[in-house]
Order: sequence, then C-alpha cells, then structure tokens
Amino acid sequence: MFKSVLLAGFGGQGILSAGQLLAYAGTLASKHVTWVPSYGAEMRGGTANCGVTISSRPISSPIVSEPGTLVAMNRPSLEKFEQSVVSNGLIVVNSSLVNCKVARKDVQAMYIPANKLAEELGNNKVAVNIVLGALIFLTQIVSLDLAIESLGKVFPPHNQKLIILNQRALKIGAQFFDHLAKEKAG
Amino acid sequence: MAKVLMKGNEAFGEGAIRAGCRFYFGYPITPQSELAHFLAKRMPEVGGTFLQAESELASINMVYGAAGAGARVMTSSSGPGISLMQEGISFIACAELPCVIVNIMRGGPGLGNIAPVQSDYFQATRGGGHGDYRLIVLAPSSVQEIIDLIREAFDLAEKYLNPVLMLGDGLLGQMMEPVELNEVKEVSLPPRPWATSGRMGGPKRIINTLIIVPEELEKHNLKLNQKYKRIEVKEQRWENYQTEDAQLVLVAFGTAARVCKGVVDYCREQRLAVGLIRPITLWPFPVKAFDYLLSLATVRYFLSVEMSTGQMIEDIRLAVNGRRPVYFYGRFGGMLPVLTDVVKEVKKLLLEEEC
Repeated sequence: MFKSVLLAGFGGQGILSAGQLLAYAGTLASKHVTWVPSYGAEMRGGTANCGVTISSRPISSPIVSEPGTLVAMNRPSLEKFEQSVVSNGLIVVNSSLVNCKVARKDVQAMYIPANKLAEELGNNKVAVNIVLGALIFLTQIVSLDLAIESLGKVFPPHNQKLIILNQRALKIGAQFFDHLAKEKAG
Repeated sequence: MAKVLMKGNEAFGEGAIRAGCRFYFGYPITPQSELAHFLAKRMPEVGGTFLQAESELASINMVYGAAGAGARVMTSSSGPGISLMQEGISFIACAELPCVIVNIMRGGPGLGNIAPVQSDYFQATRGGGHGDYRLIVLAPSSVQEIIDLIREAFDLAEKYLNPVLMLGDGLLGQMMEPVELNEVKEVSLPPRPWATSGRMGGPKRIINTLIIVPEELEKHNLKLNQKYKRIEVKEQRWENYQTEDAQLVLVAFGTAARVCKGVVDYCREQRLAVGLIRPITLWPFPVKAFDYLLSLATVRYFLSVEMSTGQMIEDIRLAVNGRRPVYFYGRFGGMLPVLTDVVKEVKKLLLEEEC
C-alpha cells in the first residue's frame, strides 16, 4: 500500500492541520507516514499546502511531487496542482470556492460543496475536514474511525466542542458521495 | 510503546531533553525555528533553561560558558546563523568543551532561501571556523534517527570533549514522521573534571584558548590532532543498503539518501545491481565502508548524490583514492533530486557503457 495526498488551499483553511490529522490516523494504523508542509515565504491569506504519504513500506522521498490524490480547497490550488496528479489519480474539489471543472480526462474528479455543508453545520472553518472525510471514503487511505480518534491529537483534547464539531464534519464528508451514489441508484 | 507523530525540529528538542540537556541558547531562523519554539515550552517543564539570546554570537558564547560550567548544553541555527557562530565554535573546540550544535541547512550562499539543501557540508566537516580543529558531524535522515542520534551526540561530545554538530536539511526539520520515544530515564552525567565549578582542593581549573607561546600551542595542536585521529579510527558510522553485490554504489546522506534508497529499490526491480552507502558520520567520514566494498571487487563505480554542487564527493574521492571512478549528480538551490532523474544517471553509467 502506498498513497500520497496533496492538500492545497489558502492559509487559514486548516490545510496543514487536516494533513496532520491524516498523518496521525496513518500513524495509529501503524503505517509509515510522512507529512511535509510548504514552508516557503507563506503568509496569511496566501496559499498553503502539505503533502502526506502513507505507506506499508519505508518512504524514500517525503516530497509529494506527483500526488495520487489532490485536494483543491480553492481555485488557485486546482490551477497550480491539477497537472501534477498521477494519471488515474483523484482530484477532490471544494466546489463552494472553485467555480470551474477539472480539465483533465485521465483523472477522477469529485466535487463537494464543502463550505456550504460546513455552514449548515454552523462553522465555515470545518470545510476542510468535510473534504477530508470525503477523501477517506473515496480512497480508504485510513479508516474513518482512526481519523476521528486522531482529532484529539490535532485539537486541544480539552476542547470537546471543537472535537465533536469536526467529528461531525468528517462524517458528513464521508457520507456525501455515498448518499449521492445511493440517490442516483434510487 | 505507541508511536507519536513529531516534526524533525521538535525531535531535536525532545531528543536533547531525553539526553539530559538542560540548557539551550539560540536565536530564531527558518527553517529551524520550531526547535526553539518547542524548547521554549519544554525546557521549563524539566527545570531547564531556555534563553533566546540577542544574536547567534551571544548564543554560542552562552553555550561556551555553560559548557565550561559543566552543563549539557545545545544551540541550533541554520547556515547564516552557524556562520556567525564560527568564532565561538573554534574557541569551544580549542578549549575542549562538550556541546551539541544543530544546523538545519537552508539555501545559500548569502541569505539564500529557506528551502532544503546540503551545501553546508564543507563548513561542517572542515571545522568551519579558524584554526586547526574538527567537529564530529552526525547526519540523520529520518525523524526517528534524530531522536536516536542526538543522545549519541551528547555522549560523543563528552567522551572526546569536542563540539558535535548535527547536520540536517530544511526538509528533515520541517517534516513529520512517527517516532518511538523510549521511556525517560534519569540521565546521570559523567564526572566533569574540566568544569569550572570549584577546584575542590584539586588543581586550578582554568578555561583558556590564548596559548601565546608557539611551543605550547604546537603541543596543544598535537594533542587535539591525536584526539581527532582517535575519533577517525573509532567513530565512523554508516549504513550499507544492498551494497554486497552492487556494481554501482550511490553515496548520499540525509534527505538525498532517502531518495537514493528509493532509487536502489527501483533499480533492483529492474535487476540493476545498485547499492547505497549512507554516511551517518560526515566527519569522521566512513572511509572503512569504502575500503570494505573495494575489497569485494564487484563495485565498478561510485555516484555521489548531493543537494549541493558537489562537496562530499571530495571525501569520497579521498576514500576511494583512485581505485574506482567517482561520479556526481546534484540538485541545489532548494531543489531535491528526483528519483527518475537519478535512475537516468545510474543507467547512463551501468548500461550505456555496455552498448
């Protein structure tokens, strides 16, 4: 098993924390894990991205230059990284903020209105974990249970309110494409 | 024990605490600042001293003072800051005091950038400052290895009464990996007869690096040199990866070595006999690794893969001493070697010649 994910968006969307959540879940699953942030001259409101690799074997290069999965939380991220995704890879697009479609035909593109769903939950900030939930459902990179268990590592464990909110975000994301498929089938 | 996810820079901090280090002096610089952030919080928890100095010059001289008083002490910086510290490091080496210095390298020369490089190799392995001295240089290539090696760094520093430098690139400092932390054991420091903590009825303890009489300085130089020779014999460390039957042996350390392990795996799947020597001590350079491989006679070429324009290759050539050709592949300026590009270089050497 070898899976690499690039999460990209703008600073403040929680991109780095979402990547850490994934990395913690991979660690709990006893996998080899690397998490690498973009640490260039970044600033608030600028772009932010991080690469997470989860593998059953030791990871040679921690840099995710050709991701198997791309999470594009905003339009500049999709434009910047669409071409880097491997052929037959997956792009999960936050359709609340990205008003265009994935141009490539050799990758799977999935759209989820993460900010809209987050607002329905009552907090715009959890949009990234809604997408993360969807990504976990689509790729099975880690189990949803381990991701939920990892919330206490990324957020202060005493802040139960925040943890419960993000738990719900992960679950809503994980159910989104499942429901969509069932609606279509039904 | 369960693994925890930790950033490389934090691992230097936690590893140092677990090794009994209780004094840290430093000045912030990307890409190593998380090390200081971490220790600012963690040091007081164990009753230690964390101090952000007013400059790198001040930091290294505080390290000098604390080491002289018998403390387990550390500082950290990145290339430009390490350059500023060189005067102090030279003094500490001359005074024969133990300390650990961490350099999380960034692009250079000059202010350069904050991306990962390995271009401080010369600075680290040739002493760096003025005068005739050496640093023991350790180069971890994973977050776990940071934890494992920093304990050894403090032990080596005290065993030889010499500064030890830990050299990593920005990527190693910034990345997170799962690590296994051993139980915290009380570290009992060995006796410190050099420390200026009171003569206790014994001889005067004076720390001094001004040795004005040439006859006396020559004696001191000789004493240091004999120590360095002992270190060269006893402390070479490296990792062999699939080298036993290798025709082409890659040589790389730190992050470049991780990429090269991927290259070896890829080449082996294509039945190319490729291996890797990963130096863990950059000084002393693991000459023994080369002597052993050359005695096997299967190796035909060496290829140095570095994140610089070619610095370690000089040590490889000295170790190989003309017995085989040594080639070079490097990326620099903050660019990383890419697996497929290194494979191309490997194939150029191994396949084209046969055509």
